Amino acid sequence: MDKPTVIKVEHVSMKFNLSSEKFDSFKEYVIKSIKKQVSFDEFWALKDVSFEIFKGDSLGLIGLNGSGKSTMLKTIAGVLKPTKGSVEVQGTVAPLIELGAGFDMDLTARENVFLNGALLGYPREEMENYYEDIVEFSELKDFMNVPVKNFSSGMVSRLAFAIATIGTPDILIVDEVLSVGDFLFQQKCEERIRNMMKNGTTILFVSHSIDQVRSLCNKIVWLEHGQVRMFGDAAEICDQYSQL
Amino acid sequence: MSQYLQNFKKFQPLLNELVARDIKIKYRRSVLGVLWTLLNPLCMMIVLSVVFSNLFKFDVENFPLYILSGQVIFNFFSDSTTSSMSAIINNSSLIKKIYVPKYLFVLSRVFSSFINLLASFTALLLVMVATRAELHWTVLLVPVPLLLLVAFSLGIGLILSAITVKFRDIMHLYSVFTTALMYLTPVIYPLSILPDWLLPVVKYNPITNILLMFRDVMINDSVFSLSSLLIAVLEAVIALFIGLRVFYKHQDEFILNI
Repeated sequence: MDKPTVIKVEHVSMKFNLSSEKFDSFKEYVIKSIKKQVSFDEFWALKDVSFEIFKGDSLGLIGLNGSGKSTMLKTIAGVLKPTKGSVEVQGTVAPLIELGAGFDMDLTARENVFLNGALLGYPREEMENYYEDIVEFSELKDFMNVPVKNFSSGMVSRLAFAIATIGTPDILIVDEVLSVGDFLFQQKCEERIRNMMKNGTTILFVSHSIDQVRSLCNKIVWLEHGQVRMFGDAAEICDQYSQL
Repeated sequence: MSQYLQNFKKFQPLLNELVARDIKIKYRRSVLGVLWTLLNPLCMMIVLSVVFSNLFKFDVENFPLYILSGQVIFNFFSDSTTSSMSAIINNSSLIKKIYVPKYLFVLSRVFSSFINLLASFTALLLVMVATRAELHWTVLLVPVPLLLLVAFSLGIGLILSAITVKFRDIMHLYSVFTTALMYLTPVIYPLSILPDWLLPVVKYNPITNILLMFRDVMINDSVFSLSSLLIAVLEAVIALFIGLRVFYKHQDEFILNI
């Protein structure tokens, strides 16, 4: 392989403390620690996960609910720090994790475009250039001065997708977003993702729709109970996964 | 270090947007909008000076100006620290999903409070003009106490924001604390009325020191002493240092607690 490594995940484990009794207040904390009742149940969301992705790959993360997909994405996005192991990421990451995460519901769509752009690291002047494109792609021309709280979930996701896919980030994280919106918009999104792939963007794709994964990805990590069950070429793993 | 600076540079537009958002949301749907930041301290000043100049007879020249200058400083401290306290919690949806340097949320709250401070500072200048108070050249030194105050408040804000993530009780406790602190700062009364046992407490309060520096250059036509400058610098540096230490030590755990 002469393509450069973009994401390198090495022996990543992630531990969560499920406080058996959650305490939010100082008083409770003191009382419980005096009584030695502060107990934590450990839960390993990821156990010794390793894989490597090269430039231009598109990786699908599949697995049942609770298998650690979202945790994996969060460690790659830099939101969570793994308990053990390391994640190395080369280049810029554009997260598209869950819809409208970066939206302030009280602001108008227009203001949110700039806020979100800034979250992704784009200065205002650069966003001005992308603005028309975002409006056009999201088909929300008449609603740009409406506060986002009045939007339907489909409108929010269209806007979020349009913002996250501006420019050419090195890595695009797509977490279950394509399942919203009507089928025409879904096709539009897929097309846009394909275009980005052509320009060398590495895609990380999480979906429960095995058909979407099959059509978009060339590699797959199959997680089960926090461990890698399979890692390799897409077609083969998809076949096995759909036999579950 | 250069890595930190680079990261800050990348997210600097975000800081602008966050500050703009804070201001926009605060005044959305109010008719007078940003004008309120100017009117609010003025109205408070009128109420307080009417109450206090009738109830107590303090030996203070130009009492409205005295109160307003105290309020400008103290309100900034209490606003900025109170709003920083919830900075991490209120932005939990973002922190959970996107990587952003987390101190930015605290910094943005302090900055938006600073914009409010500039507005109330304008109100102070207006009152000075209206009461025919003289403006002295020492006013040029006013950035010194203000910057020290910002640094000090940022340090305290960082500490509070990190602790609040774990113990929400602090939020309720802190409003009581700021009220107590206000009476331990010569905002409405002159230092001369204090009994002997209370004087040291008020004097060692860091806000008092900065407030006295501020009044020196604004109203009293004098330059603050070198020793009070050094003390203020020292306090600001210590607050910032502890704030950054506490914040950096806990910031990876925020996500597990919000």
